[in-house]
Amino acid sequence: MEVMSLIIQISYFVTAVLFIMGLKRMSHPTTARSGIVWAGWGMVLATVVTFLHPEIAGNYLLMIIAIVAGGAIAWWTGKRVAMTDMPQMIAIYNGMGGGAAGAIAAVELVKGGDHHTFIVFLAVLGALIGTVSFSGSCVAWAKLQGVMKKVIRFPGQQKVNLIVFGLMVLLGLIITFYPHLGAFWILLFFLLALAFGYMMAVPIGGADMPVIISLFNAFTGLAVAFEGFVLNNPALIIAGTVVGSAGTLLTQLMARAMNRPISNVLFSSFGEGGGPAMEVTGTMKGMEPMDAAVQMCYASRVVIVPGYGLAVAQAQHKVWELAELLEERGVEVKFAIHPVAGRMPGHMNVLLAEAGVPYDKIFDLEEINNEFGSTDVSLVIGANDVVNPVAKTDPNSPIYGMPILNVDESRNVLVIKRGQGAGFSGIENALFFLDNTHMVYGDAQKVTAALIQHVKTL
Amino acid sequence: MIEAFIYVYIFMLAGFVGYEVIGRVPVILHTPLMSGSNFVHGIVLVGAMVVLGQADTTLEKAIGFIGVFLGAGNAVGGYVVTERMLEMFKSSKGK
Repeated sequence: MEVMSLIIQISYFVTAVLFIMGLKRMSHPTTARSGIVWAGWGMVLATVVTFLHPEIAGNYLLMIIAIVAGGAIAWWTGKRVAMTDMPQMIAIYNGMGGGAAGAIAAVELVKGGDHHTFIVFLAVLGALIGTVSFSGSCVAWAKLQGVMKKVIRFPGQQKVNLIVFGLMVLLGLIITFYPHLGAFWILLFFLLALAFGYMMAVPIGGADMPVIISLFNAFTGLAVAFEGFVLNNPALIIAGTVVGSAGTLLTQLMARAMNRPISNVLFSSFGEGGGPAMEVTGTMKGMEPMDAAVQMCYASRVVIVPGYGLAVAQAQHKVWELAELLEERGVEVKFAIHPVAGRMPGHMNVLLAEAGVPYDKIFDLEEINNEFGSTDVSLVIGANDVVNPVAKTDPNSPIYGMPILNVDESRNVLVIKRGQGAGFSGIENALFFLDNTHMVYGDAQKVTAALIQHVKTL
Repeated sequence: MIEAFIYVYIFMLAGFVGYEVIGRVPVILHTPLMSGSNFVHGIVLVGAMVVLGQADTTLEKAIGFIGVFLGAGNAVGGYVVTERMLEMFKSSKGK
């Protein structure tokens, strides 16, 4: 048994090293792919040796059934989900992790045992955070998947939230100090935590969802770490803590990219407050794909600005084909990506990568923003708020202060758009009314296909 | 007593590691990295297995079973989607 414990501890150590090095590799494009593979082997090692864990007395069959069932469902769904739906899949897998942490705590609390009060406290804290992450992530999934469409808000909502939060904490403390009260109180505690997670996520609009998913990801990490203390398991403590802090940093980076402090995301709705928006003057001018193609063919530099509309229309392959055609004619083509393009920071990069666009043709906001002045044509496809100059000019606008791509500075702007309506946030876009802007109306995929045809014949 | 403190130290150091390891990540990798870190906390599976292995009553077994089920989903799902995303990142020089 001694030897067995040693093997297990060494394996957990190796797993922790593989996880940390894997994450390190995942933070650079050239090594990212190998990073997840390293972390994957760490997980396999830890799972396999745990079957030999001396504290496990039985239930092996149940264990295997649960692993196979959970693993198979996740494998199947993960393999077939479309790249555009990736954010909600991450949310649901994250919620599962939070739920697992909650389940660990639940069993430990139901068992009672003679844990030190501090350990019981950590179990309760982990249960709270994990369970909130579970129900909150489910709501995030439902919203992004379109199952739950409404943003539910009512007067005094924050007071109700505060009361539920207070009751949950109070009950948590009671369970901590009187751990043998019985299953009823433990159940009530978990129900309150589920309710709070639901209420935390339900008032949040689609645009802010990525920040919340990232926050819940950090939550689950912390919950896993706390349950690691309870179980005396260093692998859980290290992996959970690393994710907890990395997730917190990622959440901050995302919130900063959107110019939305995390407290704003959590406690106020998008577009609240501020005075009347500035009048947008001018008219939108349409342009035929033929003329747009001519303009791009004779440009020396074209910057393509893709937005979520491009992904919805599944036009990323066509856009890359167009870019390659233009490059054959000697036009310099670059892709400019706003940090919040897509549904999550970096989501648009994934979608372009899927179409085969090499990542060294894709540029961040900071990298490309001062190049727009020397750009002949900016082609905006399905992007709206992230190129809206009112973010720089109108202090009353809800997006005022958000960093935008300075598309308005380029000599010509072409916008591919379905119709004349306002964008995701319902804000009128001043860019569309500029003198040097022309609108090419239609579905992104069809318009791009038309552009390709015209470029080929020119 | 000192043993408990060693865990506190591990907690503190691992916290800094997490912060440093992804400190300079480019925006293009935010989504895959979030997904990757989501996979890493799938290690909760290991904890759930130990808990299920010690479960005696039907209630404990049921909750433990749910825990292992959810943990396995987190680990496997997290891996599959992260791998799918990262597989697509190519440089134009690599062609």
